[in-house]
Amino acid sequence: MRYAGSAIIVAFGALLALLAAAVGQDEAFRAHMWIAFATLGIGAIFLMRRVQFASPGHPLPIEDTSGFLDGVVRYGVIASLFWGIAGFLVGIIIASELAWPLLNLEPYFNFGRLRPLHTSAVIFAFGGNALMATSFYVVQRTTRARLWGGNLAWFVFWGYNFFIVMAGTGYLLGITQGREYAEPEWYVDIWLTIVWVCYLLVFLGTLVKRKEPHIYVANWFYLSFIVTVAMLHLVNNIAVPVSFLGSKSYSAFSGVQDALVQWWYGHNAVGFFLTAGFLGMMYYFVPKQAGRPIYSYRLSIIHFWALIFLYIWAGPHHLHYTALPDWAQTLGMVFSVMLWMPSWGGMINGLMTLSGAWDKLRTDPILRMFVLSLAFYGMSTFEGPLMSIKTVNSLSHYTDWTIGHVHSGALGWVGMVSFGAIYHLVPKLWNRTQLYSLRMVNWHFWLATLGIVVYASVMWVSGIMQGLMWREYNDQGFLVYSFAETVAAMHPYYVMRTFGGVLYLSGALVMVFNVYKTIKGDIRDEIPMGAEAPALQPAE
Amino acid sequence: MANLNEVDELSGVETTGHEWDGIKELNNPLPRWWLWTFYLCILFAIGYVIAYPAFPGLHGASKGLLGWSSRADIRQELSAAEQANSEIVAKIRAAKITDILANEKLRTFAVAAGASTFKVRCATCHGSGAQGSPGFPNLNDNSWLWGGKPEDILQTITHGIRDASDKDARTSQMPAFGHDKLLTSDQILAVANYVRQISKQDADTALAATGAKIFTDNCAACHGDKGEGKREVGAPQLNDAIWLYKGDLNAIIQQINNPRQGVMPAWGSRLGDVTVKELAAYIHSLGGGE
Repeated sequence: MRYAGSAIIVAFGALLALLAAAVGQDEAFRAHMWIAFATLGIGAIFLMRRVQFASPGHPLPIEDTSGFLDGVVRYGVIASLFWGIAGFLVGIIIASELAWPLLNLEPYFNFGRLRPLHTSAVIFAFGGNALMATSFYVVQRTTRARLWGGNLAWFVFWGYNFFIVMAGTGYLLGITQGREYAEPEWYVDIWLTIVWVCYLLVFLGTLVKRKEPHIYVANWFYLSFIVTVAMLHLVNNIAVPVSFLGSKSYSAFSGVQDALVQWWYGHNAVGFFLTAGFLGMMYYFVPKQAGRPIYSYRLSIIHFWALIFLYIWAGPHHLHYTALPDWAQTLGMVFSVMLWMPSWGGMINGLMTLSGAWDKLRTDPILRMFVLSLAFYGMSTFEGPLMSIKTVNSLSHYTDWTIGHVHSGALGWVGMVSFGAIYHLVPKLWNRTQLYSLRMVNWHFWLATLGIVVYASVMWVSGIMQGLMWREYNDQGFLVYSFAETVAAMHPYYVMRTFGGVLYLSGALVMVFNVYKTIKGDIRDEIPMGAEAPALQPAE
Repeated sequence: MANLNEVDELSGVETTGHEWDGIKELNNPLPRWWLWTFYLCILFAIGYVIAYPAFPGLHGASKGLLGWSSRADIRQELSAAEQANSEIVAKIRAAKITDILANEKLRTFAVAAGASTFKVRCATCHGSGAQGSPGFPNLNDNSWLWGGKPEDILQTITHGIRDASDKDARTSQMPAFGHDKLLTSDQILAVANYVRQISKQDADTALAATGAKIFTDNCAACHGDKGEGKREVGAPQLNDAIWLYKGDLNAIIQQINNPRQGVMPAWGSRLGDVTVKELAAYIHSLGGGE
């Protein structure tokens, strides 16, 4: 009876959520448990409808265990697209709320609640699903082994997406730890821990039973991402719940120690989730798409170990000029500076892999996305160490410059490499000869590129202006601008930034359409990329 | 040494001999410029941790050769700024507000200092141009609730308005005529129309005529016979076009029915004598000072 076990477990989970909804100690917790109940209940019903009862004499077909487990990768790609669109849309909404404060609809849709919804949706939901899907795909291809643990990978997928639903709805209800990028409360954190440990088991198990003698570099990066995120998540979320039936908890750390733990976590969420994980993606898909060998094996070893060793110390640069002791600030800064070249190692290895294949850029917009992604990776990993230098940081800290920096990394590097990987994967996963339309990929490429350029440059101008206005003193030593004046001065930039976001979202919508048509099996009737348009014939 | 591994045709570089799902690796050396830049960054880091505080111990951290600390740095900056102005600040501390305004040098400095404090402390309610908003008076005009002379302004800033923590705070309480049933709603409507009339706005003349009598009996004691206001009790002038809580009929009715009693904090104890004097000088200079 396939699915029967899963259906029972999910239904039991729904029952527990219902009980928690009944006896919860605060209103937010009860509401949150109702949402959990609804989600799990719907899941249980779907599973039950799929339960197959074997008739006597007709044993159930045994699932094919020779091939790869790709169903979960297909689901991951779809989930990534879905959350991507949701996350970009919420991004545009909060950008508009900053430009036009009237749009802050109390209490569920104000900036304070939607902002973590945006960051979690794009980082953990869009990026996380893309990482899980590609890591499952890549590890199977590069080890020639099926995913370890049978249906455990399915649990990881559904469990992770259930985590996302609980995290996101919690933010809207106002349930938050107030820790950036780690907002979910204790019970959601515990759930993520369980899911993440299973993810680690699936990945490690597959590596262990590999049929290749060596482990490919992409898998080093994926593994370091999974292991480190587990560690970061566990330490940063040590907290004491007020009640085991309530939505509030208090961190085990306090004061500046708490801040340091949070930014050790926060910076390495960037370092290991958004850098190491996506480098894993890059190391598989760029050589595949370019059809060229990786440029340098030695560089990949050196920059991998240098990157993961140095990154973990760089967190204190988020706390320059605060109560954090000077020695810790120094540590954060010098490790960030040393991190510059190890970060660039990935860019060099990616870009140089194209040597001998640069001509393909003319005809392959997917490869174009990878190149742009690497270029933005290089730019933002130069900008990062630069901003960690204390004198630069005294200008850039707390300003929009930081937001621009993050987005050139997120939209440029993370977004583009994920889009490229998805375009590469979709025809293979759904067994299609080619994408529905390469020209639409090109459209996506240009819309996204323009969006990023508008966004990043506008945030630079606005951020540097903001920083300069904050520190402007007149010749008598008095402050020149009030805070509200600096906010007013940023309005036009906020409007332009929203426009950049709209461009980026439009590109992603083109992608969703393209992927949908590809899965359907359609092929668009179009002139191939790089081919000349047919010459116009003079009228007879 | 013999090449044991396959050589990539395009680049002529040897591969490592591994292959995963068709992906091979070239055995290129580390790019020179990359390696040297990496070394330079490490050298910079070593130099920096020698020069600046870096190594934690059981009792504090290493001080660094430069002996720099962020706290000493800010202390130095602050004391430099303080010293640069110490002479003139001392004079302001000793002088009366009227004397400050009479002295060109002192006034210029005090107004600049006050403007800067205003941006941080006052702009939140009164607006960055001191233009005010409903409930928070405009400070640029010559309509004053509690007086526009330098001493009056200083008194208001120092002790605040209806601030329970300061016994010298300016205080007064307009009765809640509707809420406490001192007037009927018809009477309130009438008196509100009268207030509209004396402030030269559209009003029902019949109602206003009834309202005039009610006004004399109930309101004139504080707001004056002609609605000219009374600064001793902070009662606003009503026969002008300036309104603290808007001047439309509904707003006036609301204010008579159950008045809002605005509160301004006492700043003297928080900012100190010198700063409140500077603020008073700045407010006085805005155009409405008397």
